Amino acid sequence: MVKLDEIQKRLLREVADLHEVPEGAYNIRSNSRSVGRQSSAHIEIASKTDVSGIDIRIAPGTRNESVHIPVVLTESGLKETVYNDFYVGEDSDVLIVAGCGIDNCGNQDSQHDGIHTFHVGRNARVRYVEKHYGSGEGKGKRILNPGTRVFMEEGSTMEMEMVQIRGVDDTDRTTTAELAAGARLVVRERLMTHGQQHALSTYVVELNGEGSSADIVSRSVARDHSFQKFDAKIVGNAPSQGHTECDSIIMDEGRILAVPGLEANHVDSALVHEAAIGKIAGEQLIKLMTLGLTEAEAEEQIINGFLQ
Amino acid sequence: MLELKNVSFQVSSEGTDREIVRNISLTIPQNKLVVVTGPNGGGKSTLAKLIAGIEKPTEGRIFFGGEDITDLSVTDRARKGIAFAFQQPVRFKGIRVLDLIRIAAGSHLSVADACVYLSSVGLCARDYVDREVNASLSGGELKRIEIATVLARKAKLSVFDEPEAGIDLWSFRNLIEVFRELRESIQDSSILIISHQERILNIADEIIVLKNGEVASRGRQGEIYPSLMGDASAGALCECEGWTRALGKEEE
Repeated sequence: MVKLDEIQKRLLREVADLHEVPEGAYNIRSNSRSVGRQSSAHIEIASKTDVSGIDIRIAPGTRNESVHIPVVLTESGLKETVYNDFYVGEDSDVLIVAGCGIDNCGNQDSQHDGIHTFHVGRNARVRYVEKHYGSGEGKGKRILNPGTRVFMEEGSTMEMEMVQIRGVDDTDRTTTAELAAGARLVVRERLMTHGQQHALSTYVVELNGEGSSADIVSRSVARDHSFQKFDAKIVGNAPSQGHTECDSIIMDEGRILAVPGLEANHVDSALVHEAAIGKIAGEQLIKLMTLGLTEAEAEEQIINGFLQ
Repeated sequence: MLELKNVSFQVSSEGTDREIVRNISLTIPQNKLVVVTGPNGGGKSTLAKLIAGIEKPTEGRIFFGGEDITDLSVTDRARKGIAFAFQQPVRFKGIRVLDLIRIAAGSHLSVADACVYLSSVGLCARDYVDREVNASLSGGELKRIEIATVLARKAKLSVFDEPEAGIDLWSFRNLIEVFRELRESIQDSSILIISHQERILNIADEIIVLKNGEVASRGRQGEIYPSLMGDASAGALCECEGWTRALGKEEE
């Protein structure tokens, strides 16, 4: 594997909790090229030939294995679109850790658009963790526009954890999913924006099979002058259950637009949405202050807990 | 320990001024458990908030350990050793019971040490320590956790605003033991409880009766308690039906 510098190592720790080379299959991409790759007995990673990106094939019945595919960008002005396709075999149970860290200390924008497509086989279970992180003092923006497409076969489960807490200036995230009978999709999104950041997050989930279900929960904090839009739509085309929730704390001059959408095309589709936006309750601050915290410390505790 | 000198608190609503607390002077002595009681709307909770710094007096000064703390913030007063249990505990999404007790203790308590505080308020500690302090907890559970956070502070002055509110009678009988134990280990500290509860009045060293924002009477438990229980004066004081019920009619 190519030797990584300290900034690249720090980004890897932030986005993938990686301190060393990961166990199992991995592909580490740095500044638009693969700097380390390993397939395992059951998980094969191969470069695409037509566009930039990789195919990850997970053999049927693969259990308790993981795939790490972190991306780091440290060259200012780099813009890339990468296509990663996952083929998750039947009855497998795997952890996939993606994530992108950008350090931009230059004056040109750096941008990574990761387009991930998941084909989740029958009765397979996937845990997917994606963290986004930005750092660097430059004026150039750090931009991440992830696109995620999920095709879920019968009885499959996908749990997605998407986290973006710091440093990404612009994000336009689109996630679409199609669920066959008995498939289950769980999404937990945690987002904090600050400064002048913009973050858009759009979901369209189609519950096509009987007994399919989706649970999409976003917790977010908008600070300073940042803007967030959470647009989650669940379409029930069969007897199914769907739930979306957007729970947001607004601070300073932040702005949040929540657009929950439900479309029921079947009489036995039960869909629920919840959305709440508000500032930190004064009584929460006061309670923590009576325990000896300053107002700023109390605020930090409340936000940390909320985004836990 | 704590001294209020000519403290008043006034609010303005719809163009008219209303005095919630009027020119109150009182002392909470060291090593004493003092109960403030009186009819609803008499200014008791406001008094507690003035002491904790949540409200600032419109007139008068407050001294703690001889130091004028009138202009100190809630945080500064907490750090000087004043603890406050809310009448209606606050909920937090994502903050666990353990986190709250650790913040209260001001140190990274072990789970076992945090559990001691929960057990002492009658909660099966292992079941609660990892729970979030959110809407999944009942009013009674939250109330006990609130009291546990105050115990964890080991404060010089602990103020409890109606600890009985929101707790069923059965649980409250157990909770009274918490206050008895607090009273027994009061060395170098003081306790102030806002309460209507006969059982709490019973364990007081001193009782202060607040009515219409003023001290209607005060004295040692033995002096005040019988007069509160006596029909004539109790009737005069207890204009509020709820108060009468809480004071005199608790089922055994």
